[in-house]
Amino acid sequence: MRPQSPSQTVGPFFAFALVREGGNVLVDEKTQGEHILLRGQVLDGDGQPVDDALVEIWQADAQGRFRHPADPNYALADPHFRGFGRSGTASGGFWFRTVKPGPVPPSPVPCIAVRVFARGMLIHAVSRIYFSDHDNTQDPLFASLDPERRQTLVAERQLTPAGVVYRWDIRLQGPRETIFFDL
Amino acid sequence: MSHHESPSRVLDWSIQPPYLYSPYVATVRRAPHHPLVPLPASLLERTGPVYGEGDIGPLDHDLTKNAAKNGEPLGERIIVTGRVLDESGRGVPGVLVEIWQANAAGRYIHKNDQHDAPLDPNFVGAGRTLTDDQGYYRFITIKPGAYPWRNHHNAWRPAHIHFSLIGRNFSERLVTQMYFPGDPLLKYDPIYQGIPNIKARERLIASFDLETTRPEWALGYRFDIVLAGYDRTYFEEEP
Ligand SMILES: [Fe+2]
Repeated sequence: MRPQSPSQTVGPFFAFALVREGGNVLVDEKTQGEHILLRGQVLDGDGQPVDDALVEIWQADAQGRFRHPADPNYALADPHFRGFGRSGTASGGFWFRTVKPGPVPPSPVPCIAVRVFARGMLIHAVSRIYFSDHDNTQDPLFASLDPERRQTLVAERQLTPAGVVYRWDIRLQGPRETIFFDL
Repeated sequence: MSHHESPSRVLDWSIQPPYLYSPYVATVRRAPHHPLVPLPASLLERTGPVYGEGDIGPLDHDLTKNAAKNGEPLGERIIVTGRVLDESGRGVPGVLVEIWQANAAGRYIHKNDQHDAPLDPNFVGAGRTLTDDQGYYRFITIKPGAYPWRNHHNAWRPAHIHFSLIGRNFSERLVTQMYFPGDPLLKYDPIYQGIPNIKARERLIASFDLETTRPEWALGYRFDIVLAGYDRTYFEEEP
């Protein structure tokens, strides 16, 4: 076995390399499914917005399929959807234009995988986003989480004149600290 | 019992730095306090973005050319190459490797970098490439300068190149920094020192490599990276 390489912070000066125009837009006009805006803030232990974080998301398409060979339904995945997005937070928060993913069996509810990096984080933190318009307790992982804390994973659905918005904040620390996973 | 129900640990916390390391002051208000929750490996984390040649431009790996306006960037030209491996020691193909760095004077192009050192009109300091079928990558760049930061009195970052790697699935993800051999600043750097294990730290120091060095042209450095993650063994065991 080779020992794994250690992580180091992304630092404050990554945006010119990692945050590319369109990197947070996962859809085009042909992408199937409900198009949504996913937005939120990364907050530190004082509740202050972190303006130099990097947020990455990974998700299935609207049918719950991944364009990746580990998915048995790989060939049926939406060709207009890769499923990966990156956003900085320099404008005060992060946002993604994406679709609401379909549930991925065996879970009956959809969710999105998230990773956050920032200056002051020597290693990333991994989380998940669930959706407020589903009974997430049907998901075995969600159901296994501390009921006092698991609401930190739920994005709130809002209907706006501009379309469907899901709002989800990442609290790195503090009384409503987001649940982070060991990955 | 199937893998889908059993948490499989990926990160080795005897090697990985902790969230809270108070000598690095910015960790204090940004470190999660709750213990991390084990995550069973579902299809969501066993998949990830797949990159191909179409995602990479012909000059993306050459930072001495990819932003040149009217000449060569200033500083010491170097070649940085290495192999991306999984924990079983196998090369990992198709990894998106992105790098970014300060210029030879220790200045980033980023608008928030206020260090009193010159920008270089022929250097941006960002590159990307894919590992080949054996896991090898290669960049041509300029040796970055050290730069000050305000973590503590007289704090200077050792010369470093930032690395971001996206591997075969969501579990294979690493952001790290490559350092240079013999740098006297490493001893004083709380970012480097935040790695708990001395041997693990030292694996972030590239080695000078005469074989990579090109006569009359550029010094070569070798920097291998081991990606944690659900490796191939794991996939082979899948039904
Ligand atoms: Fe840096």
